[in-house]
Amino acid sequence: MRGRHAGLIISAVLSIASVILFFAPGLNLGLDFRGGIIVETHAPAPQDPTHIRDLLEKAKIDAASVQSFGSPNDIRIAINLPRGKGSGEEKQTQTLVDHVKETLVQAVPDVQIQRADAVGASVSSELFRNGMLALLFSLGMILIYIWIRFEREFALSAVATLVLDLTKTIGFLALTRIEFDLVMVAALLTILGYSTNDKVVVYDRIRENMRKYRSMPFKDLLNLSINETLNRTLGTSMTVFLAALPLALFGGSTLTGFATVMLFGIVVGTSSSIFIAAPLLLILERLRGRK
Amino acid sequence: MMYYSRLKMLGVVGVCLIGLLLCLPNFIKSPSSALPWHQVHLGLDLKGGSYLLLQLDTDTLKHDRLQSLEGQIRQGLIAAHLGFLGIKRDDAANSVSFLPRAESEREPARKVLEAIPQAAPDEFTVSEQNRRLTLTLRPEAVQQRAREAVTRSIEIVRRRIDSTGAIDPSIAREGDDRIVLELPGISDPERIKTLLGTTARMTFHLLAPNPTQPYPGATMLPTPDGSSQLAVMDQIEVDGANLADAAATMSEGKWAVNLKFDNKGADDFARITTANVGKPFAIVLDGKIITDPVINSPITAGVGEITGNFTARSASDLALLLRAGALPAPLSVIEQRTIGPSLGIASIHAGMISLAVGFVLVVIFMLLFYGRFGLYADWALLANLVLMLAILSSFQATLTLPGMAGILLTLGMAVDANILINERIREEVKRGRAPLQALQVGFERATGTIIDSNATAFLAHVMLFVFGSGAVKNFALTITIGIVTTLFTTLVFSRLLIIRWYAHTRPKELPV
Repeated sequence: MRGRHAGLIISAVLSIASVILFFAPGLNLGLDFRGGIIVETHAPAPQDPTHIRDLLEKAKIDAASVQSFGSPNDIRIAINLPRGKGSGEEKQTQTLVDHVKETLVQAVPDVQIQRADAVGASVSSELFRNGMLALLFSLGMILIYIWIRFEREFALSAVATLVLDLTKTIGFLALTRIEFDLVMVAALLTILGYSTNDKVVVYDRIRENMRKYRSMPFKDLLNLSINETLNRTLGTSMTVFLAALPLALFGGSTLTGFATVMLFGIVVGTSSSIFIAAPLLLILERLRGRK
Repeated sequence: MMYYSRLKMLGVVGVCLIGLLLCLPNFIKSPSSALPWHQVHLGLDLKGGSYLLLQLDTDTLKHDRLQSLEGQIRQGLIAAHLGFLGIKRDDAANSVSFLPRAESEREPARKVLEAIPQAAPDEFTVSEQNRRLTLTLRPEAVQQRAREAVTRSIEIVRRRIDSTGAIDPSIAREGDDRIVLELPGISDPERIKTLLGTTARMTFHLLAPNPTQPYPGATMLPTPDGSSQLAVMDQIEVDGANLADAAATMSEGKWAVNLKFDNKGADDFARITTANVGKPFAIVLDGKIITDPVINSPITAGVGEITGNFTARSASDLALLLRAGALPAPLSVIEQRTIGPSLGIASIHAGMISLAVGFVLVVIFMLLFYGRFGLYADWALLANLVLMLAILSSFQATLTLPGMAGILLTLGMAVDANILINERIREEVKRGRAPLQALQVGFERATGTIIDSNATAFLAHVMLFVFGSGAVKNFALTITIGIVTTLFTTLVFSRLLIIRWYAHTRPKELPV
């Protein structure tokens, strides 16, 4: 509890920095939310991205990026959504992906199309909206649950802590340029779930100690509760960390980003359980007049 | 609390054994077709294949309905010898309206409107707006029509897909006007996209007296070579819906499509060919003339042949489309995801390796930090894995790469309950409680915490399941199932192990 002001200030500063990062440079939106086309190919021989770009240009395809990924034999082509709205562009996106595949298959000997995704504008904005709704509703449900099971101050400080956690994770996403897609929303929600889990365990102990030591000053009580649950907090974070680690190392392109964000979220969630959630509760309870 | 009746113990062991049994179908072949052999399906991202999201063009559907109503209004008014001015169709307002020629004809005209058969109860209302008699479709009726159209489309899509020989396709409605199509093993969905991109509505019309000039009640449609347009009468003489069969054939060294009509189609065809010998007629497919032959003699046998610029592929595709029936409205692909087979296999490997390594790491951690009780937690972890797989198998659920990640994270999180219990017991021992009491109080106190903390994670993932789509939904599903199995394996199964151990050894000290 001694370092509580320092902890809160550091957390607030990091979260504000994250919010700034969210606006500039912003999130690197993935295909799910941006719409457009991604084609990944594998060829028996190494491929030169510039050569592929020229090939596509000759076929009148304007690729946003052509990159090697993984090995030099693997090429990833990203194309942004054609500008404008309406079903014409929608259809264009879907025919363009076939055109890209055809061009590649004809020009590059023995090329294999590993992945070909095309997401239209209406779908991508819908996926984004649903992703955000899932986040909002989760936060809301958590708020209500803790409110019912504990008290208002507990619920508010838990959700405030979660918002601080979330903003930092979003800042991390903006900083690392990891693509923000549906899988990332899943990562955020998982972090949210686990971080809440942590807070609930600490709060649970606070509640129990409140009954047990009625005369203890609230600050000392928080201190005691955090210390009593510290082993468990660290132990559980460790096992979840150990479970997510192999995903980051061997999970392949889909899961590496997901797991990296998870790892970051576990560290943030654990530290906020120890340094943020209880101090926030202390402030809220003092506002209410508890000593 | 610290006593399990024999029955309860048998129950717990029974659940685990049933779990093991339910997992079996994933690893061995079914010995007999009589047994229910449910197994987990691999998602497209692990198996390779294509995912297509199709959107039904409901605007066209509405447009077609309004157009047909307009035709019926015209016919009805003309038949009743009533005049009308400025008949107008407004797709945005779902309405057709006109001005009666004279005030005296207003009431009779309204009667004509009200007499038009409704396709559904309360499909439209008749009213007056700015002195114009107006027929307006109810929005609910429009929606209902769209839903029915999706149902019919699914049927037709299924027939079209089945005739391409695709294996295990999955076709499902999504929302009001969308269809999700999953095609395992097909990493090149171009042909299927083309097949689905065709409405395949075929109709037979007469041509206007002077086909090169516009004519009332006729529409200019492009000729097969696209060089010019011909005036085709709007009146449908024979509808492709009355086809009984269609097949691709060779005729005079060229590819053609053979048609066989059902009874009504044959009658219609006989009537128009008998009455119009020597005149040209047009076969129209999706708003384009595919051929405009001259009727040489009456055709009464109910068979016909379409020749045009066909290749073997286009002739057999057209025959396939005609056999499967026309879509009620155009379908367009709005999302498409294709995974090649080799990437799928690589993903399975990635998922399996991560799962194995993660499992082993967590098992070792628990052994190192909690000794004997850690070992029990590890057994519970194994039971958890078995039960998760069992539940997924009996639902015949799909497993995707994010789903595997969900299983792994569940395992990481599952030991949380054991850690809570162990830490609690440790605390109670430190406070000087006797072993039995420490166990008792430890379990009791930890249970409330475990349920509270899992409930919040459960809620978060249910939200993800509701709002997520595709692979993310699968992730949420495995975690949600995982939370339930975790509660069982930690609160019931690992407790049983500890109690059994305690009952057998009666230790003076707990190994915490």
